[in-house]
Amino acid sequence: MPIHTGRDIHALDVAQGDASVDRTSIYVYEAPLRAWHWINALALTILAVTGYFIGQPLPSVPGEASDASLMVAIREIHFITAYVLAIGWLVRIYWAFVGNPHSRQLFKLPFWRKSYWNGVVWEASWYAFLRKEPKKYVGHNPLAQFVMFTVFTVGMFFMIITGFALYSEGAGIDSWQYALFGWVFDIFPNSQAVHTWHRLGMWIFVTYVIVHVYAAVREDILSRQSMISTMISGERMFKDNRDD
Amino acid sequence: MSGTQETFYDVMRRQGISRRGFLKFCALTSASLGLGASFAPRIAEALETKPRIPVIWLHGLECTCCTESFIRSAHPLVKDVVLSMISLDYDDTIMAAAGHQAEAILEEVRTTHKGRYVLAVEGNPPLKDGGIYCMPGGRPFVDTLKDMAADAQAVIAWGSCASWGCVQAARPNPTQATPVDKVVTGTPVLKVPGCPPIAEVMTGVLTYMLTFDRLPEVDRQGRPKMFYSQRIHDKCYRRPHFDAGQFVEKFDDENARKGYCLYKMGCKGPTTYNACSTVGWNTGTSFPIQSGHGCLGCSEHDFWDKGPFYQRLTSLEPVAAESTADSVGGTLAAVAGGAVAAHGAISIAKRGLEKRRAGTGSRGGESGDAE
Repeated sequence: MPIHTGRDIHALDVAQGDASVDRTSIYVYEAPLRAWHWINALALTILAVTGYFIGQPLPSVPGEASDASLMVAIREIHFITAYVLAIGWLVRIYWAFVGNPHSRQLFKLPFWRKSYWNGVVWEASWYAFLRKEPKKYVGHNPLAQFVMFTVFTVGMFFMIITGFALYSEGAGIDSWQYALFGWVFDIFPNSQAVHTWHRLGMWIFVTYVIVHVYAAVREDILSRQSMISTMISGERMFKDNRDD
Repeated sequence: MSGTQETFYDVMRRQGISRRGFLKFCALTSASLGLGASFAPRIAEALETKPRIPVIWLHGLECTCCTESFIRSAHPLVKDVVLSMISLDYDDTIMAAAGHQAEAILEEVRTTHKGRYVLAVEGNPPLKDGGIYCMPGGRPFVDTLKDMAADAQAVIAWGSCASWGCVQAARPNPTQATPVDKVVTGTPVLKVPGCPPIAEVMTGVLTYMLTFDRLPEVDRQGRPKMFYSQRIHDKCYRRPHFDAGQFVEKFDDENARKGYCLYKMGCKGPTTYNACSTVGWNTGTSFPIQSGHGCLGCSEHDFWDKGPFYQRLTSLEPVAAESTADSVGGTLAAVAGGAVAAHGAISIAKRGLEKRRAGTGSRGGESGDAE
């Protein structure tokens, strides 16, 4: 593999010791998937903030009730954003059928494959500082796939289903929301419990986002492939050409 | 049991109710059932022509608050009609007969009105240790209930005890108190929850069943849609304050005096299906929220375990009864944040160490392939 040094780069700001490497790149995340990722991230943020204030409302608004509509506004934003999230999730599921193989990883957990679990253990050891160098991955690494599936994918279904069930209480028992999601109240006959678990789901997502963002930044720096830019350009770039 | 061909109308006339009063009752009943004015003549006709259906009213583990509510039915006419009808047969709290004489009525109704009588159940059977924790007439209540339900045309589960289990079934439920619909099989069970249910709701449900010879339309939980399809919150007169974002912050604050929304005081109106905010209590005089206290959610499943009563965010039972979603979730997020910070710090330190080790001699170990 030829090594190009800074002397071959035509740039005004090239400095002594600059080095470039040949980078292989694979197109992993297609445009609709990337768009979904960022729309979903924004929607989750809005939903968590508005949802927090639905359960723990802001200090009371002074004046006449007819002059204010704070709770209406917060709830309305929550509901509209929830529709964006839910429709986005349907599009994302559709894309898993028509997109490239990487688009299906989010919905798969190779539970019965031993090599997969070995990969999870290996990646966990990398995070436990027991490895000098990580492995290369095109899509999610096995540990990431595990968290994605068990927390994110399952969590999305849980939040959308319980969310629509709660929404159906206001929409009424003749609404399509109740027809589709009213079965939630067969599992939780008292909707107070649905409120409680829906709110815990919010905190699970807050926790997930903390870990997700940290892992993405850390892997972007420490791993052997690009992370953050991949969710913008779709290209997974590898920092070296060595085998694992 | 006297002549079974006696109609409701006959009973009412015998009680001294005028024809005019009877028609007024029919119109009011029609309105309270949400049927509209055109149904009043149909109710009148049914009451005039149909032989009345015997009602047996059993009591299991309970506090009799359902009966207390029932006999305070706002419209005296309703009370007179239904009471005269029921006391003829069996209700151990308010009937005249007692002892073996009273218990004999059960068997008599069961055989003479097989498949026709309505079984109203207040309270529930405890199943533990063969049901010995509730023994009316020296017999486990669960056995009486099962026997009487088997030959009834329908069972009405009065109140939260019969519908959900209520306080005696609250964790840890020492006597294994069990809702009626978990014990009775083969006979339709109608749930009329509430602790107690509203009197007008009770008489309304009975009147509907006796007039139309069928159970009212029920929701997914088995409750009559006409009274339980909307939440207290949906029809609460304080709802505009909720929508505006105006809340009682403390029970003794200015906002409480202004009648703001009790959401922050733990009002369960948003999760409680009942007719309190429309029908009201005691001739429509008031209901809890109107009196300045949040709804406890007494008509809801396991409402005793969905506490605290005075907090909006309630316990994560059965997983963590003393914690809320925010205390558990907030801790989880904080731990994750701390773990991420610590992990990040170690990652940076470790990388710096490796760099320094590799950096002695070569030009930085930034990327291994540059070597």
